[in-house]
Parts: sequence; structure tokens; C-alpha cells
Amino acid sequence: MCGIAGLIHRGNAADIGQEMTSMLQALKHRGPDSTGFALYGPPTANRYVMRFKVAEQEDVKKGFDIHRQIRARKAAVDERMAEFEAKVIEEDTVTEYAYRTIFNYTGDVRRLADYLEDIENVEILSIGRALELIKDLGDAGGVSKQYALGEFQGTHAIGHTRMATESDVDIRSAHPYWAYPFADVSVVHNGQLTNYWTFRRALERRDHRFVSNCDSELIAVYIADQIDRGNDLEGAMRQSIGELDGVFTYLVATSDSLGMAKDLMAAKPMVLYESDDLIALASEEVAIRSIFPHEIDTFDPYEGEVRVWKN
Amino acid sequence: MEELGREHESHRMGMHTEQLTGRTQQVFFSPSEERNFTYRTGFDVDFNKRTELDVADMEATAINLELRRLMSEGYGTIVVKNPGAKHSLGVSILNRLQLYFEGSLGYFGCGLIDGPNVRVSGRVGWSFAENMMAGTVIVEKNAGSTFGAAIRGGDLVCKGDVGSRTGIDMKGGTIIVGGRTGVLSGFMMQRGRLVVLGDAGDNLGDSMYDGTIYVGGKIASLGVDAVTGEMTELDVQWLKRKLAIYGLETPNGVENMTKVVAGKQLWNYDNLEPTEKKLVL
Repeated sequence: MCGIAGLIHRGNAADIGQEMTSMLQALKHRGPDSTGFALYGPPTANRYVMRFKVAEQEDVKKGFDIHRQIRARKAAVDERMAEFEAKVIEEDTVTEYAYRTIFNYTGDVRRLADYLEDIENVEILSIGRALELIKDLGDAGGVSKQYALGEFQGTHAIGHTRMATESDVDIRSAHPYWAYPFADVSVVHNGQLTNYWTFRRALERRDHRFVSNCDSELIAVYIADQIDRGNDLEGAMRQSIGELDGVFTYLVATSDSLGMAKDLMAAKPMVLYESDDLIALASEEVAIRSIFPHEIDTFDPYEGEVRVWKN
Repeated sequence: MEELGREHESHRMGMHTEQLTGRTQQVFFSPSEERNFTYRTGFDVDFNKRTELDVADMEATAINLELRRLMSEGYGTIVVKNPGAKHSLGVSILNRLQLYFEGSLGYFGCGLIDGPNVRVSGRVGWSFAENMMAGTVIVEKNAGSTFGAAIRGGDLVCKGDVGSRTGIDMKGGTIIVGGRTGVLSGFMMQRGRLVVLGDAGDNLGDSMYDGTIYVGGKIASLGVDAVTGEMTELDVQWLKRKLAIYGLETPNGVENMTKVVAGKQLWNYDNLEPTEKKLVL
């Protein structure tokens, strides 16, 4: 089933970590397997935030050698960062297997990302000037506490609660997906894509990378491909309505925008609240109501609808 | 096998005497069979006995159980405050009741009801009033998709916009949408009337068996086997009377609404033999 949520504050930063935690916790019944956040803080020039992992959560519970392997993988990441003259400013070890690194870098992001992911079991969750992408197994409350997201300040966010139906319960199959290698672009999706393999093969032939067998990842790669070809976000999303087959509602966020798209059958839910200061969307109104205790006016976007809001 | 030969309550109610021929499988009760108009699990309530229930801190199951408890004590007018868009509220009410929700409901609200008069001051989520049998339900703001799915009777009204697949599989009753409705509205409808005062999305009335759809605005496209029909004086009078009840009107007048019915080119249900009908059912 899965649940998705998004919000964007117009103008000012707010407690988006806490707000998105509340929204996703309210959607827990739609997907208890994993939870993910794409949080957008104030953008910075020449400075990137990278979220990456060097193992799956379940790997840590297996074997005696995994802890040494994790240290070795992390050391290899550090070494390659230095080799590419990416200067680390700040680093947090969030869990034993997941890290947050802020670094200065003026080179090609894709080359750096490719080089780091060449290390076995290293997966970059996101690189951005504003984006921080966090995902792990468990519900929103647990993941938020584990990664200390409650104090995150920013302008907009998207999130996902996952019920695994077509691929494994692991971090690599959890949402959001980063639109690799485009800084700050992330996607969450509710639905099923029926032309996944056709499109995946075509995109792989154009050198796009997939890290999972989850059909939702296709949307992130599709958007990345469209941006790569010079399309803008809204244009890419409009084109996806006709090209992606299946039932879907998805949200995309960039450093300054939040977008939503709904398939032509309108088969997957989305409730929208729109005001001058804030736009909030979710699979169920109860998620929006978790941050608005008072009565609000909401509505369902229609079939084939694409909307993009800027902060 | 012995079970098959036993006489059940439904036999005594005359529900197994109908011949499987013709166009209808409805069972018409006689007014003299008064006991058949109420459910054993329904409650005898007094509309003048009124109470309020603040559900801000209650879970859906607890709210529905509390509604049942109040009905069992004879409360016939219940005002539910702060429903907070929770799911599945006000379901399976099988007796007359004045039920007011001050706020919005989530998914599957007021499903499987037979008789109550419900008013929701806010919005409702997906599958509202699914399988409604009788009564009147009025939503003051918007509604989500599959509004009134498979309803069999009563009046279901949304004064705002509604999502997709409104009245899917409806088998009777009336659905009125004050604004716009989405794709595949009236999909596979078999009976009843769907009235849309605004625009209708693509594939309106797709695969409808029977029933009538009236649209006041633009129709994006008709579905398979849905065709426009001629508005008759009977249609106009019925629409005027019905819309007046709920204080609704269409900008261009009901005379100019578009009527959509089943083309019945792909429809052969009535041509089936009784034994085949059983298989279809």
C-alpha cells in the first residue's frame, strides 16, 4: 500500500523534521516496513551534504566480521574523497552503517558518486546542497529518533512509509530515492509501475544506475534522465504521466520546489491542503491533520494532474 | 446437504421465492410485514433525545462503539465533534438517526448504513458511504474517490468536488455532486441516478448496465457503451425536485444538463438463462 507525504513552507524555514515525522507516523498503518525522509535545509554554495551507508541494517546483526568490514568500507570512502579533493568539513556517524558528511567540492558530482559507489556495499543515499535523505527500517518515530531528525529545520520535505510488495525489506528498497546523480532531487512513490523493466533496460543503456529492484526507483531515474536531457522538473513530470504505465501518485522535491503527479486512472490517493504559507500533501488527510489540529479545507487532485510549488 | 434443505429466516421473509427471470431481482416487501423493515441489531431511537460526543482523543473503534451505546440508550440525535479525518467512522448504522459530524472524516466513513440522516460539515475521504442502503447523507465540502461505491438506496450528496470513480458499481439510490467529478464516474453502474452539477472526467459511465447520469458541466469523454440520452420532462421535474431538497442548482438550468445512459450494445445480461445468471452472480 505505502504512504507518501510532502510539505513546503513558503518563505520561512520551519520544524520540517518534526512535522514530517508526525505526518509519516500517522501513515504508519499504510506501511510499517521502512520509513524515509528527504529533508531540505537552507541551500549552501560550494558545500555538499552527503548521506551514505556502507551496509544494510540487517547485515550488522550477521557474522563476526561485519564490523571490521564496515570500518574498511568507511576508510575506503575517506580515501577516495581525499583522492578527489573533496574536503570534509564535518562528519557524523549516525549509526554504525550510515553516515552524514559535509564537504567542499568543486568537481563533477557524478564522477565522485560513481567512484565512491564503486566500493562494494557503499550506497550514496543523497548528495545535495540542501537535501538530506534518511531512510531505515521501522516506523517514522523510530527512524526520526535514531537519526535525530526532530530538530531539523528547513523549508520542505517529502517522506514515505513502505509496505514491501515487490522487493525486499531493506534500506536500498526504501524510499525516498535520490535522482542520482542530480544534487537535491528526490522522489517518493505510491503505486505500481507495469513497464518498469522495459524502461529500466532503456535507462540502463543510457548509463543510469539502479541500486534496487524496487519499481519506484524508476521514477527517480526517469526524472534524472529527463533533467539530463534538458527538461525542467514540471515538464519531466508531465511527460511521465503518458510514459510511465501503471497506477501511481508520486512526489518530487528539488532544492526549491515540491511537485506531485497522479496517473490517468487516479487510482492512488492523494489529499492536498494549500494555503498562502504552506502546502501539505499526503496519502490520507489524517497525516495532514497531525500537523493541523484545527479544521482545514482539503481536496483530492485529479487524474493526470501535475502540480509544482516553489518555496 | 442437510443444511441446504433447511428453512432459514430469509425463506420466511420471502427472499427465495422470486423467479430468476425478467430484469429485476428486487424483493418488494408488503407494508403489513412491518418487522421486515427493521434489523434485529437496529435500535429504536428518539430524535428528540440529543447528545454531543467529542472524539478528539478517541480511536475509530471506540468512537463507533460509543455511537452504538448511545443509540442503545435511545439517543436519536448525535453530534460528533472533532472527528479529525479519522477513518471508518459512523459505519454500519442500521436504524434511523440524526448524526452530525462537525469536521472531516477519513476513508470508509458511513459505510454499510441503512437509514440514518447524516451531515458532515467538512470533507470526506475515499469510499464514503460505500454500500449505503437508505437514508440521506450530506457532505458540505469535498469528497475523495469512490464516493458512494455500490450504493443501493438513499440520497448521497456532496456539495463540493469529488474524486474519481464516483458511484462505481452503484445499484440504486441517488448520488448528487455539487461540483466536479473525476475519471470513470458511474463505472459499471447498474441502477440509480448520478447527478453531477459540474464537469465530469474521462470515461464517464464506462460499462454501465443501466441507471442514469446527469451532468451539468462538460464531459471529458464517455466510457465504453455509455451514450447520451434525451432529457424528458420527467427527468427535468425529478431533477428540479431533487436539487431543491438540497438547495442545489446548476448554472445552466436542469433542462440543459446532459443525460447519459447505457447504450446496451455490449449488454446481454437479460438474455442469459436463469442458470447462467446464477453463475454470473
